[in-house]
Amino acid sequence: MSDKESITLVVFSGELDKALAAFNIAIGAASMGMEVSMFFTFWGLNIVKRNEGAIKSRGIMRKMLNRMNRGGARRLPLSKFHMLGLGKWMMGRLMQDINFPPLEEMMALAKESGVKFIACTTTIGMMGISKEAFIPEVDSFAGVATYLAEAKESKVNLFI
Amino acid sequence: MKADATLDCIGLYCPMPIFHTANKLKELEVGQVLEVLADDEGIKEDMPAWCRVTGNELLGIEEEAGQYKAYVKKSK
Repeated sequence: MSDKESITLVVFSGELDKALAAFNIAIGAASMGMEVSMFFTFWGLNIVKRNEGAIKSRGIMRKMLNRMNRGGARRLPLSKFHMLGLGKWMMGRLMQDINFPPLEEMMALAKESGVKFIACTTTIGMMGISKEAFIPEVDSFAGVATYLAEAKESKVNLFI
Repeated sequence: MKADATLDCIGLYCPMPIFHTANKLKELEVGQVLEVLADDEGIKEDMPAWCRVTGNELLGIEEEAGQYKAYVKKSK
């Protein structure tokens, strides 16, 4: 552990608006000189899945789940007013209007600022997702002890 | 106010002004002053908070016709 202040974020949700809020805080914290760890779990794993290719998994239930829950930063719905994508499209236009970076750019900025991405192995195991399904920016695959060890030392811990 | 460098954040919203400020300040020497131009009024609260946490000195924020000029002195 370094003597820098730190923050952890549990990113449980897989929706675009919540992901944007999470990355906004992560980039802000990194800009304030803090060490930032983002733990992606459950639906939040969708944010760090690759946009391209199919998600390979075994068993009919997992195959179905991974088809319906494909994920990828470009595919995330809005948590409200998604309206089959129309709401998301409009939100994208509004963001463009105020020069707000799209999610993928926010993720790249977070990475450039040294934000750590950690993916939850329990969800990965349960959903039967292979590691190849994730973007290479994911630093490690780990569980709750890793999260708690970092959260214990952090002043700010958020669940999104 | 005199500045050694200027950062244009006009048209950018949170967290981009502080993100760019943090990066730009890395290029400056201790004691030099960065002028940040912004038009998101969040800067009025965010720049003092950012300076407080990062240990840099805020020399002042000037407001004129909806635009802000924040002066940050690199302190460490």
